[in-house]
Amino acid sequence: MIKRMALMTVAASALAAAPALATDVKLGVLNDQSGVYADLSGQGSVVAARMAVEDFDAAGKGINVEIISADHQNKPDIASNIARQWYDQDGVDVILDVPTSSTALAVADVTAEFEKIFINSGAATSDLTRANCQPTTIHWTYDTASLANGTGKAVTEAGGDTWFFLTADYAFGHALERDTTAVVEANGGQVLGSVAHPFPGTDFSSFLLQAQASGAKVIGLANAGADTVNSIKQAAEFGIVQAGQKLAGLLLFINNVHSLGTQTAQGLQMTTAFYWDMNDDTRAFSERFKEEVGAVPSMVQAGVYAGTLHYLKAVEAVGENDPAAIVAKMKEMETDDPLFGKGYIRKDGRVIHDMYLMEVKTPDESTGEWDLLKLVSTISGEDAFLPMEDGGCAFALAD
Amino acid sequence: MFELLGIPPQVLMGQLLIGLINGSFYAVLSLGLAVIFGLLNIINFTHGAQYMMGAFVAWMLLNYVGIGYWPALILAPVVVGAIGIALERVMISRLYKLDHLYGLLLTFGLALIIQGLFRNYYGVSGLPYAIPPALQGGQNLGFMFLPNYRGWVIVASVIVCFGTWFMIEKTRLGAYLRAATENPELVGAFGINVPRMITLTYGFGVGLAAFAGVLAAPIYSVNPNMGADLIIVVFAVVVIGGMGSIMGAILTGFGLGIIEGLTRVFYPEGSAVVIFVIMAIVLMIKPEGLFGNTA
Repeated sequence: MIKRMALMTVAASALAAAPALATDVKLGVLNDQSGVYADLSGQGSVVAARMAVEDFDAAGKGINVEIISADHQNKPDIASNIARQWYDQDGVDVILDVPTSSTALAVADVTAEFEKIFINSGAATSDLTRANCQPTTIHWTYDTASLANGTGKAVTEAGGDTWFFLTADYAFGHALERDTTAVVEANGGQVLGSVAHPFPGTDFSSFLLQAQASGAKVIGLANAGADTVNSIKQAAEFGIVQAGQKLAGLLLFINNVHSLGTQTAQGLQMTTAFYWDMNDDTRAFSERFKEEVGAVPSMVQAGVYAGTLHYLKAVEAVGENDPAAIVAKMKEMETDDPLFGKGYIRKDGRVIHDMYLMEVKTPDESTGEWDLLKLVSTISGEDAFLPMEDGGCAFALAD
Repeated sequence: MFELLGIPPQVLMGQLLIGLINGSFYAVLSLGLAVIFGLLNIINFTHGAQYMMGAFVAWMLLNYVGIGYWPALILAPVVVGAIGIALERVMISRLYKLDHLYGLLLTFGLALIIQGLFRNYYGVSGLPYAIPPALQGGQNLGFMFLPNYRGWVIVASVIVCFGTWFMIEKTRLGAYLRAATENPELVGAFGINVPRMITLTYGFGVGLAAFAGVLAAPIYSVNPNMGADLIIVVFAVVVIGGMGSIMGAILTGFGLGIIEGLTRVFYPEGSAVVIFVIMAIVLMIKPEGLFGNTA
């Protein structure tokens, strides 16, 4: 009897001494860990998410954050299954990253079904905030429209008025080709044709020959990652650039430029939302990131950091784990972080921030292993991204 | 001149030549597979990983030891072949008496391990390997610009393929090898060390894969996934050609490279699938393969 009383007293006092009600959130980083996009997302994105949680001091503010990760292998069915299991059985609240546009579209729909939150920083297709928009999707970092408005516009205005596209035959490639075609034609250019290569590809010599035969001034590479690297290398081998045609790498990441080297890639222009050497804040973050991962962060990995940070700010403001309220808060609050600077989130989920048009340095200009790009111009968010009125997102235009 | 289905002949000729270059890789790789399967009855799924190791050894020789492309053409196959022999001695030889499936599972698992290890250390973005100075530049053939290196790939593959075929079909060593496959006990009774011959044959097949890897290093990026993409296609090539036939593997390799090249012109989206479609058709009509014998 006394023993039982003692036990109950201990239990009661333990309860009384428990801390004030903490919010538990679980983040899932879903991306390519072993395939063509592993270097620009992969483990680096998990590290970026973790750094955001630490920098925000989530534990000190009463938010318990758990981070898990998985490899979607660039396949929509695998991504869909993992997302479903995460939301349904594993209690995940937010899915982060998800490169590869086809997988992102699948995860966006699953997230809407479960009424959770999807902060995408890896995929390119602008359809995430257009035809396939969802109230639960936040599309950070970049999209095909901003790439087209950056590189596409710059190359066309510089005299490249006939284009031929080498397109990765899946959602991303076709979206990028469509958006860039719109920009080229709006600026007085003409698209002579295109060829779709299987994704992922290894040998592009056949497609490059067709591009050469078209006689277009610009060969637009509507692919990414290792595909772009191989296309550029093989174009150099076949003397395409020497013969006078220009290559436009519509989506290039810092890891790809590093892989190509300044000798091959010099002069190539690319549009990016983040560059490690832009200012003191980005440099500080990139140094910490590089120590852990071994490479500077790509814009995708930077996007995971910034998206997680903004999400945690919203969770703190709302005070509880309510997905709809948190998304509303995220769209209400301005975004402000050391990596992307100031911006805001539109009703359709599109994050608006500045984009940068950059050019690969020549071997003489580059002073270090990762000193690869120089800034050509800054494109304001309003100019870079497609206006919401033209996007065709049903729920955003409804009221 | 005439136009074939809307494609001018110059473009077609260029695509045929590209197809021949791809076919060279298919031929050398499927030759290695056919040698290993035809003579040892092992389905060597590690072949793609060994092709990748050949490229990586060439890269390592250049960056760690300073040895260039031409010595690497010989050294890399020797190094990777030695590793292959070690694998064979330690693991694969224990499965000879068992069903083919066990060899397939073991080699498949080895391939995943090897690829994972390289991916862990080197990432997936690919490492640069320059075309050797003697082979840089190209020839303007009129209908296309042929890089010298790609022309060299065709020449080297043809030499290696037909040299191997000659050695196996026309020399005494090859005769011993073929006899040992049919009746190991009887050949052993004649005093020939059959297990050692089998080991060396496996090493030779692996060496062929590594040779293809060195050929590929300057033009495809040296990355851990390079074998995985190629090996499935190569298996289809070997099945179409006939699993035990050496000449079948060579001719089918070049032929399918050309067919794939033509598909890239007329229907590019289908270029990844056409070889498997052909494989399905061949299996339905002549299951032992185009050049295979029902044995």
